[in-house]
Amino acid sequence: MFPHSLTSRRVVSASHTKQDPELLRRLLRAKDRMDAASHEQWPVRRLARVSGVSEAHFARSFKQAFGVPPHRYLLTRRVERAKTLLRDTDLSITEIAFETGWASLGTFGRTFRDITGENPGAIRASERATATGLGSVPPCFLSAAHRPDLTIAVSEKRRRVAGPRIPANETTETEV
Amino acid sequence: MQGVEVVGLYVRDQDEALAFYVGKLGFRVHTDVKNGDYRWVTVQHPDQPSFQLGLFYPGAPMLDSATAETLRALVAKGAMPPLVLTVDDCRAAYAKMNAHGVEFTQEPVDRFGTVDAGFRDPSGNGWKMIQARRRAGGAE
Repeated sequence: MFPHSLTSRRVVSASHTKQDPELLRRLLRAKDRMDAASHEQWPVRRLARVSGVSEAHFARSFKQAFGVPPHRYLLTRRVERAKTLLRDTDLSITEIAFETGWASLGTFGRTFRDITGENPGAIRASERATATGLGSVPPCFLSAAHRPDLTIAVSEKRRRVAGPRIPANETTETEV
Repeated sequence: MQGVEVVGLYVRDQDEALAFYVGKLGFRVHTDVKNGDYRWVTVQHPDQPSFQLGLFYPGAPMLDSATAETLRALVAKGAMPPLVLTVDDCRAAYAKMNAHGVEFTQEPVDRFGTVDAGFRDPSGNGWKMIQARRRAGGAE
């Protein structure tokens, strides 16, 4: 009756091994800790300790579970928080950079642009123009809705935009 | 009275969930019945007798094993829908629950004219705990 379905059926890859829910629950704990304190430093060693697994196992498992490496997840949270502060406070962009965990204003601005496609100042203006009537939504859900959707590495994104100017071994992720 | 009577959560272990919701959060058992492998468990908040929170295990006979496995992974990753608990005093509730070993993901924060905190149940279900706003007009 539906001959097309015979040809379009995909073969499911056997290499994608299932993850133990008990491990996933412990990985979630590390993700929660980054959410709660994204301005802090989160080397893999620290995260692996939260989850109770080895460092190598942690990085691999986290990416498999949540689709992004842990440091890249942290970047999305920092940018999200920076956007909130740009919208809701009068802190300067420099203050926001340090408040959200970046070691330098330059890295902050560059990463912010890479992820959002805009400058912090431009985002401040546009967020303020549109932010109305959100007070009745619990803030955590609001912040999840604003979370930037990172599907490629920041360094990769910059490489694609910049072309050959930026060497392939430069990684923004390791700076933060 | 008409309205929603039961809304359920998926939990990884119903005994563990009961110990959490009853022992640490102050709910009481409303129903706990077994039919073969299937166990129907609901709890109720003492202040809200018209509503039951179901604590359901994703598994047979309601679900095939592949679907159940997927759901158990999603619960453990914290991917289930948002839950909101309303309390009179967020900081007091936080202190009490924290002393009971509840896993908080966010300490109480003042914002939007109220106080909110965040915690997870042992399975990974995420709750926001929000202090009820006092209405100036006394409409509540």
